[in-house]
Amino acid sequence: MSTNGTGAVISGIGQSAVGRRLGRSGLSLTVEAVLQALADSGLDRSDIDGLSTWPGSSGPAPGFTGAGVWDVKDALGLELEWFSGGSETGGQLGAIVNAVAAVRAGLARHVLCFRTVWESTAQTAGRRASIIGSGGGRVDGSHQWMLPFGAVSATNWAGLLAARHFHEYGTSREQVAGLATTLRANASLNPKAVLRDPMSVDDYLSARMISEPLCLFDCDIPVDGSTAVIVSAAEVAADLAGEAVVIDAMGSALHGRPYWDQYADLTSMASHDAAKALWCNTTLTPGDVDVAQLYDGFSILTLIWLESLGLCGKGEAGAFVDGGKRIARTGELPLNTGGGQLSAGRLHGFGHLHEACVQLRGTAGERQVAGSPEVAVVAAGGGYLAGALLLTRRR
Amino acid sequence: MSEAMAPLPALEPGNTPFWTGGQNGELLISRCGSCRRWLHPPVPVCRFCLSTDVAPEPSSGRGAVLTCTVNRQPWLPTLPPPYVIAVIELDEEPDLRLTTRLIDIEPEDVTIGMRVAVRFEHVDDVWLPLFVKEGE
Repeated sequence: MSTNGTGAVISGIGQSAVGRRLGRSGLSLTVEAVLQALADSGLDRSDIDGLSTWPGSSGPAPGFTGAGVWDVKDALGLELEWFSGGSETGGQLGAIVNAVAAVRAGLARHVLCFRTVWESTAQTAGRRASIIGSGGGRVDGSHQWMLPFGAVSATNWAGLLAARHFHEYGTSREQVAGLATTLRANASLNPKAVLRDPMSVDDYLSARMISEPLCLFDCDIPVDGSTAVIVSAAEVAADLAGEAVVIDAMGSALHGRPYWDQYADLTSMASHDAAKALWCNTTLTPGDVDVAQLYDGFSILTLIWLESLGLCGKGEAGAFVDGGKRIARTGELPLNTGGGQLSAGRLHGFGHLHEACVQLRGTAGERQVAGSPEVAVVAAGGGYLAGALLLTRRR
Repeated sequence: MSEAMAPLPALEPGNTPFWTGGQNGELLISRCGSCRRWLHPPVPVCRFCLSTDVAPEPSSGRGAVLTCTVNRQPWLPTLPPPYVIAVIELDEEPDLRLTTRLIDIEPEDVTIGMRVAVRFEHVDDVWLPLFVKEGE
């Protein structure tokens, strides 16, 4: 199934080992993912003329980024016609949006895109990855409006959104348990997932609170791992070895205010803008989606994406995930089929992208969604970061 | 003066009125001299009318809790949990908001919609606008 599309495809995918405390460098993980993607696509190293990554070589906390443009360019001896690395984009998938734009502008033909984290190992080294500004220095930029009040973790910021969603729509922890337990069940079929033991509703409800109403199992789990995909111009991809996935549409809009506490509707935020843009750029509709890979750095962000993308009604995401039946692999909208970041690990949006490609190609093994899914939506980000992609299987 | 419990803001020309207004008991918020809308965080231009006639003015320092979260995780050794983080909508106009920490209240007693008032905490060269339940 395909519409006019963006004119770009994903011609190859790769993913490194994923796990806790792997003790490997970010660049080592990145190289593993990249070489896999190259082999998968059938492209030669000399074919790669573009490079795109998020957030580039610097991040706000240890292990948040494993490699930047310069690292990978030099390690692999690439000759680049175009490149981009940075965090001021439409969420983590902004790296893909940029790559597609570069391909369409004729600046590059095959853009290698990657995202690498090694937060688990970085935390082991005695540095905490989960809070910002822990170095004892003063804070500036947008952090100054949060950190001085003890809102030092993204869990706090997401907790503020969740509390408002619970307040406005009657969303409950009992409902959200359906999301957490379903993703854990999916993870049990994913060999790379880090949390694979079954989780019951009681396990979820009795987990300790981090920032109310978010408990431990509402927060994703830091891991080490890298994901790479190659974005190619559609016309050249026809000759390639791998099964390309069509990038049908993208959404990276930002209309509201770019702060966790200033976006007018705290129960939707930038995901609303990106999702609206996505559907303006395609003839497909939310009803066409066969499988959804929606960012779950925190459970509330998945609820917000479900609503923003029109996969359920506004304020109805709690009821939608309640019990997990609708979002199970066998349900009407299989969601985060690899276990998501909540159970498989925090690959920061690119894990969702990889899983969408795997499902569309029909190579997900034990966890493959039945019925040969043709349309996948991928969304990443929370707060003022948001980007979404609509992917389709090539005919 | 208190000890710092959490990272402090780096003072620079644009943000100094907000972070030091408490010295005179004032919660100073940027305001457009042309269309009179309030603007936070502080900026040198009004995003409504693009006037650059923007300057800090004392606000009422009163408002209501728009959303809140009780932090239970010990992130900072200097700020033991539990503590309440809240987004306050100030009385001046809808959507004029700031994030803060609520003090002198049990976490269980905080509700969305609760009326609050500013209470400054002096730390080093900064006056942190914390909030308490109105009337306390």
